[in-house]
Amino acid sequence: MALNKPYTDIPGTTIFDADMSRKGFHLNQFCMSLMKAENRERFKADERAYLDEWRMTEDQKQAVLERDYNRMISLGGNIYFLAKIFSSDGLSFQFAAATMTGMSQQEYAEMMLSGGRSPEGNRRMGENDNG
Amino acid sequence: MARITAGVATSHVPAIGAAIDLGKTAESYWAPVFAGYDFSKQWIAEQKPDVIFLVYNDHASAFSLDLVPTFAIGCADEFQPADEGWGPRPVPAVQGHPELASHIAQSVIQDNFDLTVVNTMDVDHGLTVPLSLMFGQPEAWPCRVIPFAVNVVLYPPPSGRRCFELGQALRRAIDTFDEDLNVQVWGTGGMSHQLQGPRAGLINQEFDQSFLERLVDDAEGLSRIPHIDYVREAGSEGIELVMWLIMRGALNERVNELHRFYHVPASNTAVGHVILENS
Repeated sequence: MALNKPYTDIPGTTIFDADMSRKGFHLNQFCMSLMKAENRERFKADERAYLDEWRMTEDQKQAVLERDYNRMISLGGNIYFLAKIFSSDGLSFQFAAATMTGMSQQEYAEMMLSGGRSPEGNRRMGENDNG
Repeated sequence: MARITAGVATSHVPAIGAAIDLGKTAESYWAPVFAGYDFSKQWIAEQKPDVIFLVYNDHASAFSLDLVPTFAIGCADEFQPADEGWGPRPVPAVQGHPELASHIAQSVIQDNFDLTVVNTMDVDHGLTVPLSLMFGQPEAWPCRVIPFAVNVVLYPPPSGRRCFELGQALRRAIDTFDEDLNVQVWGTGGMSHQLQGPRAGLINQEFDQSFLERLVDDAEGLSRIPHIDYVREAGSEGIELVMWLIMRGALNERVNELHRFYHVPASNTAVGHVILENS
């Protein structure tokens, strides 16, 4: 029996379940390695070479090099693991979140200051043409 | 005997920790957030808890995908702040309470909650930001802390119901510890927020306000909210709110709400904070 996934109709949201965890295992473990200062230095010195030490897919490596967080998530990355990448880059969670929404960081920050993204029209795919 | 005197709930947004560490608390963006904790700092200075049982989630700091415990209790005598990618927070090491932690583990496991015992673990912003919010920036934390990590990273997290009942078992455990200790239980994380994907930035003030209301008067009903409702209504990371139910389950059925604070935004997140006392 397939896993029960009641959450697949939520727009713009990927739930990090067992399938995603398997898919992203090596990507996420690479992220964990960036918690050590010496690894961050080696990564920054030659990102490609450092990534090649990990059993990640070429797609995953490209997504990291391009800092394409939505793509990393679709390839099994979990946001709390991916946070090690943007933290190593000296960037904030708000910066990373903004890049995933297609907004500039300033537009995103203003949306948050005015109360955040409303749940109205964002609960299910197909509402308000959000799908 | 040890006794649980109060429960505290608070968000644990990492940017709040950064604002404290970088001396930005008086800036116009941050001042309203910290003002919500003025009462709390004074209150806890008077309460002088001996031990805080601190429920939080590890954000892929101590636990990689090598091991994903659903409920993990820290039984060590000391826990160091984790390096989450930008160096460890400049906060004191956390002093544990191995005797009480081991007593709790033995008691709740025999009460059918199968905890993972952790003897070596660094603690991340999920645990240290609440300490900073409540105690400011002391040279050393003024009490012992038992870290209790709940998995909310890998789906499925434990249900709200399971968390609430675990809180009740925790109460039974603490009540039977011989030493005379003033124990507080803290539940952290939340409130509504989503950190990932095109829906990032989701905030649901109506959901949050209802959660805060029901936490006091209808905790039993609140504990029955299914996981999907949190995700749909409060964002993929809003599921952290189940951890507040462990705190609530450890208190009396009737509680007094001493303090409530709600603020949007702190970075990507709605900040919620309450102090509850057994009545």
